[in-house]
Amino acid sequence: MDAAVEVTDLVKRYPGRPVDAVAGVSFTVQRGEVFGLLGPNGAGKTTTIGVLTTRVLPTGGTARVAGVDVAADPVTARSRLSVVPQRSNLDRSLTARQNLVFHAAYHGMGRAERNRRADELLDRLGLGDRGGDKVDNYSGGMAQRLLIARALMHAPQVVFLDEPSTGLDPQARLFVWERVRELRDGGVTVVITTHDMDEAAALADRVGIMDHGRLLALDTPAALTRSLPGSATLDVDVERAPGDSDDAVLAALGALPQAERVEPVADAAGLRARLYLSSDAAGTVGPVSEVLTSRGARLTGVRIGEPSLEDVFLSLTGRELR
Amino acid sequence: MTAVETPRTSAGAPARPNVARAFTALLWRDVFVTGREFVPFLLQVVLQPVFLLFVFGKVLVELGFTSSAYADVLLPGVVSLAAFLTALQNTAFPLVIDFSFTKEIEDRLLAPLPTSLVAVEKVVFATLRALVAAAVMFPIGLWVLGELPVTWSDVPLLVFFLVLGSLVGAAMGMTLGTFVKPNRINVVFAVVLTPLLFTGSTQFPWPALDQLRWFQVVCALNPLTYVSEALRAEMAPQVPHLSLAVCALALTGFLVVFGVLSLVGFRRRALD
Repeated sequence: MDAAVEVTDLVKRYPGRPVDAVAGVSFTVQRGEVFGLLGPNGAGKTTTIGVLTTRVLPTGGTARVAGVDVAADPVTARSRLSVVPQRSNLDRSLTARQNLVFHAAYHGMGRAERNRRADELLDRLGLGDRGGDKVDNYSGGMAQRLLIARALMHAPQVVFLDEPSTGLDPQARLFVWERVRELRDGGVTVVITTHDMDEAAALADRVGIMDHGRLLALDTPAALTRSLPGSATLDVDVERAPGDSDDAVLAALGALPQAERVEPVADAAGLRARLYLSSDAAGTVGPVSEVLTSRGARLTGVRIGEPSLEDVFLSLTGRELR
Repeated sequence: MTAVETPRTSAGAPARPNVARAFTALLWRDVFVTGREFVPFLLQVVLQPVFLLFVFGKVLVELGFTSSAYADVLLPGVVSLAAFLTALQNTAFPLVIDFSFTKEIEDRLLAPLPTSLVAVEKVVFATLRALVAAAVMFPIGLWVLGELPVTWSDVPLLVFFLVLGSLVGAAMGMTLGTFVKPNRINVVFAVVLTPLLFTGSTQFPWPALDQLRWFQVVCALNPLTYVSEALRAEMAPQVPHLSLAVCALALTGFLVVFGVLSLVGFRRRALD
């Protein structure tokens, strides 16, 4: 079995609510994959993760983590997964190291093994000299690293990270990203929820975009952005022939089959045209150059604008505030 | 991090996690934390009973307002009170804080054991604390009152009723802590605690209340009454008291009711 997470027709309706929080979602995450679940607030991603981490009981459908049906056998599922929550829920009566050691004890790990592992993970996460501190004295970034260390104590097969870098400074964020990549390299499956598009694009092998309880799109970040029509752009600077007019040049560029529309860019000194493309931007540079040469114009500058995951996200989920 | 990552393959029969070990570890965590704050814990649980015992069992006797026989009525009640309220407070408040504010309990809810056992662990731990509180009351009673009407042969029955009473108190506390809205817990506690304190037959023998029938009925609804009465039967048999069988039966009934309610409440808070 190669699927680390298998969700089939998952439905969750909270009592007393008129609509399903999760309305028939299906997806599969392969072992060793980093999977990003994106969506605006209230999209149903937290509920989906809640079901997968045995904290929310599904209304319908099935969810399996590391081969275990989470609703039928939550106890075994808990031994194979771990959760890095968005907000620290560290045990503040304990020191950092004790947080790790007790977590491993809950998971049945022997004393020598859990002590060894705690020291090792504290070192890996850059907390080696702060293990004896009470977690009250930890900064946000340190708490986040300790939460990751704790999640790894019982060697889970699947790790769920909820908004892993919210509120972290750029250094801490990069550090967390590095650790996530290491996890994947070590064969651990990682499921991340986020609405940080940069984070999703940087980390996730595949991304699922959710809204209103449904999965709207599911693919690699590159394929998702490629699939978005008209959001790749090509800006070209043109030195036109003396007898030609700006409008005529723009019209000629607009006649290219790749161009969905063309508009002049106002802030440019000379003539700069922006082409909104239905296909790959780099491949359009050649045809643009030919059109200009045939009119006796010169191409003096080119800038390619690729669509981002954020464009995909906004085109799927809309621009309204939630 | 490859050196530390040793994900077990998902092929083959799933290894069942060791639930008993997880339960023991949860209990050990609570005992460990209490051990480091033992003195504050003791002050928290014994101050109120000590003052009750001192003012009513010593000061009023010395001043001649009550007879020294009243100490016999009071001591079993105060021991019961210490156990019952300690148990109740140790499930109610920490759970409200854990579930609503710090979320510290989440790591334990994700431990490989059934959710209801996390609740049972809290009840067992609260009972342990309650037993410590009750045990401490005996030397204090000796110190304040100058005598202790207990022999070693009383110990098994005292322990039995203190355990049963503490379990009921802990289950009641968990019921409160999980059903009451977090922002109301202070009000509810004030409204519940004071009546519990004064209708638990700790300061008077319940059978003597037949002069005041309505109050006797109210006191009969308080589980603490049956702990006080059982301890009184053992420690001061000359004082009128309910029979041990009635006390055991009533406490078992309360335990079933609040046990079920507390588990339902805990599951509601732990799972969506």
